[in-house]
Amino acid sequence: MSTLVKQQAPAAAATKALSRRSSSRRGRFVLNLVVVALMIIWAVPTVGLLISSLRPQSVLSSSGWWTAFAPPYHFTMANYRDVFHQAGIGQAFVNSLLIAVPATVIPLFVAAFAAYAFSWMTFPGRDLLFVVVVGLLVVPLQTTLIPILKLFADWGLTGQFLAVWLAHTGYGLPFAVYLLRNFMGSLPRAVFESAAIDGANHVTSFFRLAVPMSLPAFAALAIFQFLFVWNDLLVSLIYIGLANPDNLPMTATIANLVNSLGGGWYLLGAAAFVSMALPLALFFGLQRYFVRGIVGGAVKG
Amino acid sequence: MDARLVAAMEVVIGVPVVLVGYIWGSEWLVAVLSARWRRVVRPWLWLAPALGFLGFFLIYPTVLTVIRSLQGKDSLHPKFVGLTNYRWFFTNSDALGALLNNVLWLVFFTGFTVGMGLLVAVLVDRVRFESLAKSIIFLPLAISMVAASVIWKFMYDYKPAGTAQTGTLNALIGSVGLGPVGWLQSPGFRLSTFALIAVMVWMWTGFAMVIISAALKGIDPGLLEAARMDGANEWEVFRKITLPLLGPTLTVVSTTMVITSLKTFDIVYTLTNGNYSTDVVANLMVKEMFTFGDFGRASAVAVILLLAILPIMGFNIRKFRSQESMS
Repeated sequence: MSTLVKQQAPAAAATKALSRRSSSRRGRFVLNLVVVALMIIWAVPTVGLLISSLRPQSVLSSSGWWTAFAPPYHFTMANYRDVFHQAGIGQAFVNSLLIAVPATVIPLFVAAFAAYAFSWMTFPGRDLLFVVVVGLLVVPLQTTLIPILKLFADWGLTGQFLAVWLAHTGYGLPFAVYLLRNFMGSLPRAVFESAAIDGANHVTSFFRLAVPMSLPAFAALAIFQFLFVWNDLLVSLIYIGLANPDNLPMTATIANLVNSLGGGWYLLGAAAFVSMALPLALFFGLQRYFVRGIVGGAVKG
Repeated sequence: MDARLVAAMEVVIGVPVVLVGYIWGSEWLVAVLSARWRRVVRPWLWLAPALGFLGFFLIYPTVLTVIRSLQGKDSLHPKFVGLTNYRWFFTNSDALGALLNNVLWLVFFTGFTVGMGLLVAVLVDRVRFESLAKSIIFLPLAISMVAASVIWKFMYDYKPAGTAQTGTLNALIGSVGLGPVGWLQSPGFRLSTFALIAVMVWMWTGFAMVIISAALKGIDPGLLEAARMDGANEWEVFRKITLPLLGPTLTVVSTTMVITSLKTFDIVYTLTNGNYSTDVVANLMVKEMFTFGDFGRASAVAVILLLAILPIMGFNIRKFRSQESMS
């Protein structure tokens, strides 16, 4: 019985392969078509806005962006010029930078020491404490807003950058500690043991071994935290507040522009692209780290 | 020079210097202790800055919020009101509408994002221009939800029937004689909520795709080839082998999406501010805070959000512990 099956098998496989080949060319074409269609669907919204941002105000409300491809070609940089002068986006861009850079640097350093302690020091309660960090990863920051806002108000911090620097450090830390500890903890134990035998203390191990070997993780984390802060709306909306427009970052300024029914709406496209410029540059320049951070950051499958 | 720029530079340089100095100093301090005590004290000195931030910005305020949710509106002398704020939430039609919307978000945002992420990951795995396709689909994740809102405001733009439609979607369906539809102004069938969900699916599919794709590449190709040799067609290979092997990854992505859906705020705040039956719990909380100034109710809303997330927190912790015990 088994010999019979064995003899028949090659013939059956051959006919199957033949029919597969003829149908596979058609299948490949359909597959490519579907993927290209998905790419177009995903790109059209952004491309549409990019073209809209380059069209003069006079035609924006009467014709769609796709009419720009036919004559008369109406293109202008006026919206980008106006956005910096009128809508306060220039100031908001500076604010976003002044908020995001310190709010990236502080948690990186604070997390690095904690991650090292979690990885290479033994102490009672270590595992339990790290489980708390894992739990804090998902705590919605909504549950912290009201008490912190009240404290900041008492201390006269509301409306100031220091408030959001500190808040973003606190909110970003669980992920930062988690990501760095996962990376540092997986470094080869032998390296640290032989360093200790050679008389290196923890400070030396940290700066000479753990940090240099963990640079990819630091890079991924820095990109993440920077983008998280740069793209944040809620934290700056609560702790800086609409009452302090001079200190608001771009997200809050643009969100305000969307909701206002004033004459600035034609600047929205240009404003959005100004706010996207830095994230997109980071994304294209450092995509490798970006992807690594995402894959490494998800609780491993 | 702008005083704020000076402050920012001071922080960027000063904080690392102070922290490194702190660690050096603490090492110098523990040196006076006996070796045994040194091992006990040192880890806590290294952890102290992080624990301070976590305690102050996450744990302590969460406890205060739970307490505040049991108090009334008056902020100066808040009175204990028991579960009144929670009773309000579960009897008020606006609040229940927001809760219903979050359920829709949870089901449809999670389902579509994970489904599309899986579909795209499997499809692009078989084309030559994989990295280009991935970049395009992944790109929306890098931008802010506010920017995404602006992009989709132009997509969903609505002009009264009879005038030229400048919104991409209305122009598209208009070309086959349909519409126009007020995508963001339609409470019926919660259409506008689904329109908002679509924006977030557009943003987050890339996230699901990247993680699923990484897991897909980790599957031993010999396993799939063996199944093909045994006569399984591509669909059977996918359903019987690929999908089960991706199971844990899909669970991880799904839990992340569930949390994202529960915390949904920016998109709703920017595009509709909760009008036209699109409100969600996180936006309701901000409204209770700033529009109505009722910190008691706002705290109760936040606690309900936390309670909804607790099962996932438990799930993540259990998962983490089993991973740790394996390694």
